[in-house]
Amino acid sequence: MASNILNHIGIENYIFLSVILFCIGVFGVLYRRNAIIVFMSIEIMLNAVNLLFVAFSTYHQDAQGQVFVFFSMAVAAAEVAVGLAILVSIFRNLGSIDIDNLKKLKG
Amino acid sequence: MSVVLIIFCVLAAVTLATAFMTIFSKNPIHSALYLVVCFFSIAGHYLLLNSQFLAIVHVIVYSGAIMILFLFTIMLMNLNKEDEVHKPRITRLGAVVCFCLMCLVLIAIFINSKPIVGPYDATGEDYQSIKVLGKVLLNEYMVPFEFASILLLTAMIGTVLLSKKEKSQK
Repeated sequence: MASNILNHIGIENYIFLSVILFCIGVFGVLYRRNAIIVFMSIEIMLNAVNLLFVAFSTYHQDAQGQVFVFFSMAVAAAEVAVGLAILVSIFRNLGSIDIDNLKKLKG
Repeated sequence: MSVVLIIFCVLAAVTLATAFMTIFSKNPIHSALYLVVCFFSIAGHYLLLNSQFLAIVHVIVYSGAIMILFLFTIMLMNLNKEDEVHKPRITRLGAVVCFCLMCLVLIAIFINSKPIVGPYDATGEDYQSIKVLGKVLLNEYMVPFEFASILLLTAMIGTVLLSKKEKSQK
């Protein structure tokens, strides 16, 4: 495929999409009290950044952006596993995962 | 308006709408399902950018592993009831204002930086097939690749330790 896909779409559309997706993630972190939804918002933010990495990898015709996306996926998987385990143990101790209830640091 | 641009617009609309629905739906299980749709549409974006391997990995890792983990955790905690109290109104208003301002500032920055973006070159060189990616990953990025495995091992051990039930309690 000789013609670049970005000739049809344009890198700025991908930039705008990623920016709005990232802002939605920030909005979710600020807006909700449920800690699981906060985690999902963090995933949305990570995905926005990954999408921009892939778009610029296509723009520069370089594979290194995609390799970076692999590593960020590995980190995201590790982060979600540990975070959800922490949430489960918080739920066992407190009975809720409302982040506004997690004010005290004693058990 | 070319076909590719129309596909991009539809995919972008699906992505943004499901991301919003993830945040606004009351039931956490509905949120998780909307997030699955959002991840699938992002995989569609990857396919549109002709990086097939990354799209497959994205579907497997995000839509498969991570979302199953989310759904299991939600069901383990029995959270599928819709009695969550909202944050105070001033905090929600602050969140909306923050969202609008952040969008405004970032989009303004990128609109002003648009002249820097040059024309797109298409050399026809292969840069995103599995063959090339595997060569880059295992030659230049060998050490980070190995460290990623250590990271995943550590995360697995930590998860098992954290979620193990303590018998001395209660």
